[in-house]
Amino acid sequence: MDLFIAIFTGTIIAATPLIFAALGELVVEKSGVLNLGIEGMMLMGAALAFWAVTAGYSMPVAILAGALAGAATSLLFGVLALTFLTNQYAAGLALAIFGSGVSAFLGRGFGSEPIEALHRVNIPVLSDLPLIGPMLFRFDAMVYLALVMFVAISWFLYRTKAGLVLRTIGESPQTSHAIGYPVIRIRYAAVLFGGAMAGLAGAYLSVAYTPLWVENMTAGKGWIALALVVFATWRPLRILLGAWLFGGMTILQLQGQALGLEVPSELLSALPYLATIIVLVLISRDRQMLALHFPASLAKPFRPAS
Amino acid sequence: MHPRLELRSICKRYPGVVANDDVSLSIQPGEIHAVLGENGAGKSTLMKIIYGAAQADSGEIYCDGNPIAAHNPAVSRALGIEMVYQHFALFESVSVVENIALSASSAFHLPTLAEKIRNLSMRYGMPIDPHRQVHDLSVGERQRVEIVRCLLQAPKLLILDEPTSVLTPQAVVKLFETLRQLAAEGCSIVYISHKLDEVQELCDTATVLRNGKVTGTARPKETTSLELARMMVGSKLPEMHVSPPVPSEKPVLEVNGLSVKARDHFGVDLKNVSFNVHGGEIVGLAGVSGNGQAELVALLSGERTHDRGDAIRICGIDAARLRPNERRKLGIAFVPEERLGRGAVPSHTLWENAVLTAHRFGTVRNGLVDRRKAKAFATGIIDRFKVKANGAQSIAQSLSGGNLQKFIVGREIALKPKLFLVSQPTWGVDVGASAFIRQTIIDLSRAGAAVLVVSEELDELFEICDRLLVICQGKVSAPLIRTTTDREEIGLLMTGRGMSEGASANGSGDIVLQD
Repeated sequence: MDLFIAIFTGTIIAATPLIFAALGELVVEKSGVLNLGIEGMMLMGAALAFWAVTAGYSMPVAILAGALAGAATSLLFGVLALTFLTNQYAAGLALAIFGSGVSAFLGRGFGSEPIEALHRVNIPVLSDLPLIGPMLFRFDAMVYLALVMFVAISWFLYRTKAGLVLRTIGESPQTSHAIGYPVIRIRYAAVLFGGAMAGLAGAYLSVAYTPLWVENMTAGKGWIALALVVFATWRPLRILLGAWLFGGMTILQLQGQALGLEVPSELLSALPYLATIIVLVLISRDRQMLALHFPASLAKPFRPAS
Repeated sequence: MHPRLELRSICKRYPGVVANDDVSLSIQPGEIHAVLGENGAGKSTLMKIIYGAAQADSGEIYCDGNPIAAHNPAVSRALGIEMVYQHFALFESVSVVENIALSASSAFHLPTLAEKIRNLSMRYGMPIDPHRQVHDLSVGERQRVEIVRCLLQAPKLLILDEPTSVLTPQAVVKLFETLRQLAAEGCSIVYISHKLDEVQELCDTATVLRNGKVTGTARPKETTSLELARMMVGSKLPEMHVSPPVPSEKPVLEVNGLSVKARDHFGVDLKNVSFNVHGGEIVGLAGVSGNGQAELVALLSGERTHDRGDAIRICGIDAARLRPNERRKLGIAFVPEERLGRGAVPSHTLWENAVLTAHRFGTVRNGLVDRRKAKAFATGIIDRFKVKANGAQSIAQSLSGGNLQKFIVGREIALKPKLFLVSQPTWGVDVGASAFIRQTIIDLSRAGAAVLVVSEELDELFEICDRLLVICQGKVSAPLIRTTTDREEIGLLMTGRGMSEGASANGSGDIVLQD
């Protein structure tokens, strides 16, 4: 039983950074912008949040610093891709490399000591319930924040006018512009939001998950988040499920390594990535669903006609 | 009383062209005002300036006597100016009511808005279901959505850009009723068109543009179409010469019982399509777009293949399994509907685009492009078809739609095809160039080639075709002889009514043909 609880809670925790990063990227891509630089933004968020903790700031401030760092990094991409209309693929890749380089540079002074991790909540009564308590009510606040963000983003995209505007800009910025919506400004907002979410994902890694600073500590999670968005066919619920699948596989392979399975550990480490991608590819084969949810103008530069 | 809208000396230049040169016009409340002109005359630019989607370089715009200083679409909507675009400004992935909510100023409450849409669309006699997804709608229905969207704003001035180019004759009648009802309620209407008969039927006044300048204003109901056409074109219109067809004995193109499932949800299934095209005749395929034309054209050109080889026979050879290049070797030439992307590579030069289909005509030797020959070939087309372009070095997408179309048609005709397949030959092409392209097609057929024209413009089909087919929901009617049918009959077939008789006659289609 304890093992089951451990696997379950481990899954939820391991999925949390992916939920942040992928939901943020979902909003960005729904607006028709492809920012490949999640990895870079996550690393910047991780580095800044970690630094804030070691500099003595409180945990909420540190996490906020992580979000701001992610947003600031994404602004660089925004200026390149939205104002100067550079190729979005190139700008995003550059951002990923830039973020990993700069965060490594900043992190040279951080040392290798772990910090005190973000506290887990302790809700009276609920946290003490048998089984349900340890499974659902003893996470840290960011795990719950990720779920709140999932609900909020789903509601925003499909229930509000602003969300409708965002989605339609992703389908046809020309038409949106013709109707009179400020396409570039809205896309900037989406990119900054995506950056902040990636920053949160990074902050979660460095102040709650590990909690210590290691160069390139995201270990490709930014890329997985990117794949999640695509293979989830741009739908929030599927992103959530995909993230949990990834988290589950991560924990299972760790358990497998601990049990000393006769499989090279490198292969086991690759398993979550492989499994997530295979499952997502299998469920994203429906062309019709794809056509309905795919932001038709994704990664196409837009310049308002004058 | 102030005019609803007044333009004074509007000028607008783009690099290399003057789109509008000292254009002035004025529109009274409740007036239906036509802006007539060929393509490239500056109509669309002028409308963009009125709507605020583009800014004039100089000149003033007055609305109800007040000057509009800084103009943009939001200002327009605040003033009650609404526009229905030629290419609809609708989002396909969301529903009708969501589309309309995007431009509505009211609170974001979809059920209320849906109810309003239902009521308003009924009141103007063009019912639409607000909850349908736009990609499921026909072009005519999409236009209704656009118009209802504008009407919800209770507009004072409604701009319609070539609204009838995609409608069946019956839908046009309906549209005109709605527009007259609107005008009677005091709404001014700007009606952009190059179709003279429609303008004469509907409009109170007309401003004619040519090369960006106003060449005249007229009361269309009191002016002959010839006079209006002269104002538009500037010179005498070329006359069409159609000699009677001399069909070849054996058909060049045979389509036998072709049934195909659509590739995706957005397409249309083809159901047991059979028809023939003989050498020396022009066969037209009429129909409202989205009824299977795209699928049929893809199958005929070889973009899609079919497992049953004899479903399509070209010059007596089973061709349904051949790829486009192999079909071209059989003597087929092909002008697709989309000029940029299918007909030509947008970012390449004209001579490079010429090589794409003319590589068997000496422009490529030993796998290497013979630039001199390719350029000479392209220059030949440019001269012969009077393409307005800066030589064979021009980039394809820098040409206007009509000129690029002339080039593509010219390129394909230069291949001396036995079978010429052409989709929407004069879509968005001005009167002068259209007449030229049509005459070219006629001449080609009279020289012995079999021609299949897919078009949504009935006028065009009636002008050049010897026999007509109608496609509706993936079914193709029995052939109709041009001289013994009329618009009414074709229009009914286009809406699917009368198709049952057509479909039953379909089996005997070949017999009809053989006489």
